[in-house]
Amino acid sequence: MSTFDIVHPPPPPSGPVRLETKQALRLLRDMLRIRRMEEHSAELYGAGKIRGFLHLYIGEEAVAAGALGVLTTEDNVVATYREHGHALLHGIPMKAIMAELYGKREGCSGGRGGSMHLFDADHRFFGGSAIVGGGLPVAVGLALADRFKSRDAVTACFFGEGAMAEGVFHESMNLAALWRVPVLFCCENNLYAMGTALSRSESQTDLTQKALAYKIPADSVDGMDVAAVHEAVVAARKAVMNGRGPRFIEFRTYRFRAHSMYDAELYRNKDEVEEWKALDPIQTFAGRLESQGMLDADRYQGIEDEVNGEVRQAIAFAEAGTWEPVEGLLKDVYTAEEQA
Amino acid sequence: MNLTYREALRQGLHEALAKDPDVFLMGEDVGRYGGSYAVSKGMLEEFGPERVRDTPLSELGFVGAGIGAALGGMKPLVEIMTVNFSLLALDQIVISAALLRYMSGGQFSVPLVIRMGTGAGRQLAAQHSHSLEGWYAHIPGIKIVTPATIADARWMLKAAIADPDPVLLFEHAQLYNMEGELGGNIEVDMHSARVMRPGKDVSLITYGGSLWKTLEAAGTLAADGIDAEVLDLRVLRPLDTAAVLGSVRKTHRVVIIDEGWRSGGLSAEIMARIAEQTLYELDAPPARVCSEEVPMPYAKHLEDAALPQHDKIVSAARGVLGP
Repeated sequence: MSTFDIVHPPPPPSGPVRLETKQALRLLRDMLRIRRMEEHSAELYGAGKIRGFLHLYIGEEAVAAGALGVLTTEDNVVATYREHGHALLHGIPMKAIMAELYGKREGCSGGRGGSMHLFDADHRFFGGSAIVGGGLPVAVGLALADRFKSRDAVTACFFGEGAMAEGVFHESMNLAALWRVPVLFCCENNLYAMGTALSRSESQTDLTQKALAYKIPADSVDGMDVAAVHEAVVAARKAVMNGRGPRFIEFRTYRFRAHSMYDAELYRNKDEVEEWKALDPIQTFAGRLESQGMLDADRYQGIEDEVNGEVRQAIAFAEAGTWEPVEGLLKDVYTAEEQA
Repeated sequence: MNLTYREALRQGLHEALAKDPDVFLMGEDVGRYGGSYAVSKGMLEEFGPERVRDTPLSELGFVGAGIGAALGGMKPLVEIMTVNFSLLALDQIVISAALLRYMSGGQFSVPLVIRMGTGAGRQLAAQHSHSLEGWYAHIPGIKIVTPATIADARWMLKAAIADPDPVLLFEHAQLYNMEGELGGNIEVDMHSARVMRPGKDVSLITYGGSLWKTLEAAGTLAADGIDAEVLDLRVLRPLDTAAVLGSVRKTHRVVIIDEGWRSGGLSAEIMARIAEQTLYELDAPPARVCSEEVPMPYAKHLEDAALPQHDKIVSAARGVLGP
């Protein structure tokens, strides 16, 4: 039994959900789509259908659902290796994601990327970067290009709190602030950089201070509360779109599963995990909607059935998918087919 | 018309900015300072601070921003002062720009050009003098070009910008003040070596700052009745293997001159390709003149001794020709 100090979660989200029913149910459904897709992915990993690294987002769904629900199809998204949910909610079909996890040609990266490298040009989803912090300067550049091209869009850049110890985080914040580019920096603080607790990796654990040091307005939001995430991102996106430069939001959240598929979780207290699981963003949100009369058991089951149907179809699609012929191995190293 | 290598580069840069609104330049001191090697002098005044963008000392950050801007439809031209500082940006060059197209299943090209100075010869000591372009040539997904002539300085940038993939363009610091004549408009490509001096007795294969030392050595050899062929590689990736093999099959003897280090270097790769594909055409073992395997020393006589030089090239060529 580990003996580390417990990082207690905040009180469960409460109070009225100030969203229209349709919108609220959409957020609930979006969280469920991620949850069920990933639960099945974990099983398929166990069955050997999915290999390599598989980093599950389970527990953190409120962040992606709340944030991506605000973005438009014109907005750019840059994410990390724990990006299945972001990819799905920015519009990549679940079947294309599942096929990618299988390594099939019909996957959203043609089977070349796998779980950590989901891409989709049509949906303006720019990965899937598995170098911690690697997406941050790319997001700054995407936003700069949008300004050159007079495109009305924001670039949402997701990263974990672990990335904030990287030098590139600081370079990117500085560039974004100097150039006042339309980037929404979304820090998913799940308290652990793989196995290293925040208090062991950052001398300053108030993460907003790091953004404020670059004169970037910063908020900290309960990342287990999809309504709070949604509200914060609506305001931040509006500010960014109004030409007021980048914004930073810390979402305090928690990863329920292992860092990747297997780790012994020696680095955190099991009681802590249980305490946070009590804040399950899907269950707590569903409960609030029920108490407000926006949801009942039948309606919830209807959403579940719909989502499970989507997952089943995605898996069938991945199963039926094809392997890229080995003859294609050398393709797409360069745009023109010249080889060195 | 005579102009310097620097002026030729500047003309190329000017043309790129003037002709294509998607092109912009960014890097340390490219604007107000005029470029650390004065290549971009005058550009800020003409094109403004958005398109001639001074950056903080954040190589990793602004190379990454260049990648993002390229993904977003621009054609960024990033200047890094020297290859030595580019190592601060290695992650974005090697683990992002070079592999985005492949990793995304062919969805994203990265039309990014990174210009940087390279090479020794000005007593700048160990942290400002290395030639790491051959090392970059190890990486699939990027292209490596090394303009060594006035014409290539003038026209290669255009080809690099037109290329849809990431290109690293190396300007040898010893060449900036070199003067020469610029002929008319020419199209240069991004994949061909060029025979700078045809010859039949020995192939001298080189690139970048060593080209002119090698041509001078060929002149010395000619005075002794040795007809050396000098091949300027121009592009280190993709390497023009056909041109290398063609020259070797003609002369049957070869010396490779590379300012990079010997071990695991570009010269080793060229030798390997010759050995793999045309070993039996050789009348003598191949030879090479590289930088000595030391960090570059400061003192002039030591720096000279560490670099490929005229005498070493002449001596190596005589060596492969035999007594």
